[in-house]
Amino acid sequence: RVSRDTTPDWAALLRRVAETQDNDAFAALFAHFGPRVKAYLMKSGADAASAEECAQDVMVTVWRKAGQFDQGRASAATWIFTIARNRRIDMLRRDKRPDPEDLPWGPEAEPDQEDALALQQETAQLTKALRALPEAQRSMIERAYFADLSHSEIADVTGLPLGTIKSRIRLALERLRHSLN
Amino acid sequence: MSMITHHLSDKLLMAYSAGTLPEAFNLVVATHISVCDACRATLAGFDAVGGALLDDDCATMGADCLANVMARIKSGAATTKPEARPSDAVLPAPLVDAIGGGLDRVQWRAVGGGVRQAILKTSDKASARLLHIPAGAAVPDHGHHGLELTLVLQGAFHDEDARFARGDVEIATQDTQHTPIAEPGQDCICLAATDAPLKFRAILPRLAQPFLRI
Ligand SMILES: [Zn+2]
Ligand SMILES: [Zn+2]
Repeated sequence: RVSRDTTPDWAALLRRVAETQDNDAFAALFAHFGPRVKAYLMKSGADAASAEECAQDVMVTVWRKAGQFDQGRASAATWIFTIARNRRIDMLRRDKRPDPEDLPWGPEAEPDQEDALALQQETAQLTKALRALPEAQRSMIERAYFADLSHSEIADVTGLPLGTIKSRIRLALERLRHSLN
Repeated sequence: MSMITHHLSDKLLMAYSAGTLPEAFNLVVATHISVCDACRATLAGFDAVGGALLDDDCATMGADCLANVMARIKSGAATTKPEARPSDAVLPAPLVDAIGGGLDRVQWRAVGGGVRQAILKTSDKASARLLHIPAGAAVPDHGHHGLELTLVLQGAFHDEDARFARGDVEIATQDTQHTPIAEPGQDCICLAATDAPLKFRAILPRLAQPFLRI
């Protein structure tokens, strides 16, 4: 498992890709997330060759959509997970999964620095808490995300520490809605 | 928005985040989240769980992968902007996408008792339909072999257990036997999805079932 002590600021690197098409920033993101996306796709049932192919597609999408990343609403890992998940659904020809209507992206939707920092910390706490879960519960959650447990097989996920992250994101959504009205 | 009282379950939101729901249920979840910030925030939490799991394990990538990706990036379109997705006053964007237009584009078919339905095209693991129930009318008393999600888009209905208005989702399971009745005043429009045929008590709907595909 990966040490968190020297974690680079992935969100800042994504911003550099979006704003100045910074190749070095992208190379750092690629070195970290490319192998992780490939591992995720393999655990979801893809063979190594197609997982590597699709991981490259995902990283191309990361470059192209970097400007849509909002660090007030997700961490870099969370955002890249959603791109990889969508690619996995296409690749394994799973059921179509429409996205919800997004909140409009106005010029006011500039991420709040304080929100972004707090969300980062809470995401790190969630990661820690996930690692500290009893093995049986953690493996149930992994199987739900990777090995395709069907929705009826997913047990109730009580004990997952989602509370603070949820209220943080809700605050950010309320602020965003307010700025749009 | 703050009026929604019946939400999606954590189980459904987690499965939607993981990407393992049948298409018909995905459509209900995406539509509910379009109008519900509480479930939108819970979903973001489950996406964060996915991000944490993604971050925890890695495979080895070929040495030329980065160069391949850079070549594709330089030769393709620079960036993509989010497209504006149309919606209307009753139908959030995921439904407008599924129908290929607004409420005026829905191809309704009468199913008896003044109730009309339109079956939406999804994978066959579960079915999705729009229901139009005249104000005051009832859907026949029925039980369920599997899971049924009913999301209210306009008007309101109640059954033996509770009242459901715009944005509310009723989650019915094998244990639920109910007769939803639309409230007087406004016709009720719902999106309903189920992964098993309904069980009707009365003989007539049971005979009609193969034709109505409910
Ligand atoms: Zn909700
Ligand atoms: Zn029912």
